[in-house]
Amino acid sequence: MNQLPALARVFAYLSLLTVGGGMAAFPEMKILTVEVHKWLTFPQLIHIYSVGQMAPGPNMMMIVVIGQWAGGLLGAMVTLIAFFGPTALLAFIVARLWKRLEKWPWRKSIQEGLAPVSIGLLLAGCFTMAKGSVTGLDTGAIAVGVLLILLQYKINPALLVLAGAGIGILSFTTK
Amino acid sequence: MEVRTLMNDAAAKVAPEVLETAAPAPTVSVWQILVAFLIIGATSFGGVVPYLHDSLVTKRRWIDDKQFVEMLSISQSLPGLNATNMAVLVGEKLRGLFGSVVAVLGMCLPGGALMYAVGIFYHLHGDHAWATAALKGVAAAAVGLILATVVGLSKKALSRKFDFVFMAATVLAVNRLHWSVPRALIVVGILAILFHRPHSMRKAGILR
Repeated sequence: MNQLPALARVFAYLSLLTVGGGMAAFPEMKILTVEVHKWLTFPQLIHIYSVGQMAPGPNMMMIVVIGQWAGGLLGAMVTLIAFFGPTALLAFIVARLWKRLEKWPWRKSIQEGLAPVSIGLLLAGCFTMAKGSVTGLDTGAIAVGVLLILLQYKINPALLVLAGAGIGILSFTTK
Repeated sequence: MEVRTLMNDAAAKVAPEVLETAAPAPTVSVWQILVAFLIIGATSFGGVVPYLHDSLVTKRRWIDDKQFVEMLSISQSLPGLNATNMAVLVGEKLRGLFGSVVAVLGMCLPGGALMYAVGIFYHLHGDHAWATAALKGVAAAAVGLILATVVGLSKKALSRKFDFVFMAATVLAVNRLHWSVPRALIVVGILAILFHRPHSMRKAGILR
């Protein structure tokens, strides 16, 4: 079955929801990729999202994995273009218009108004993900630990995610 | 250095064309843009913004600090990831449409190739006991990372206490009422934009 049109449709739609960060699209991504199209399972989605946090570049490159699983190399490429094309085009148009928009008073209103909503979407995405990944005291402790360390110290977050892998191997393999 | 002093806010607002001639964008080839963004795309572990600043402002001097901050604020208020939106804006400034296209490609290719390899590796070894254990730890750590991002953004981007009501309303709409993300974005977003209408921001002293 050819998944390419569905991949293009789903990821072009998801790209427009990434206001404030990729995580904002996560609840919708879970519904579409896991429940509707069954390209992967919810634990797999959480895994590749989290591993993706250690990769360089835009922090949603995990979409490549979904594209690959659903449609091979071509699927990965379609997913990439669908996910970054529409928003890149929008940014390009805004870049051209920006000088004119600068004096429009509602521009600031939109910026200020969207800030709490986009942070809320980020948090909603985080809760969706936590439902599948923070399942007990042990994983809860890792999440809270990472949060506290990041709030207290200036440290590369990718290192902490890597440390999470280390702690995981040390503490969960024996069980 | 005299050029820099010209670039204050007032100059930019009164006569943007003076600014353009006072600080012409350096002539940068499409290849140079591609190489710069490939390097950023391959090395920016743990978040792209500091790497973008280091490469484009500090090392190559293609844009200055003020332009960088302005582009970042545009990137953050548009849909799309900061990393690719910044690539579009910087590429457009330096070399127009082609500049944007190669900047985005450079930004995405290294991480994309790496994740492609991860996808293959996961299918081969993802169900080994040690892999499952590592992924459990990684996923929990990622939740902490997103929470830290939420805290950091709230401190920086929220100008009024009432913003937390909009934030909570968005979370409840998506997680409890199971609204779709666009529905929450449009309904709560419009309310929040109206709350921050120019008249009310002037009163609160946020807008002059």
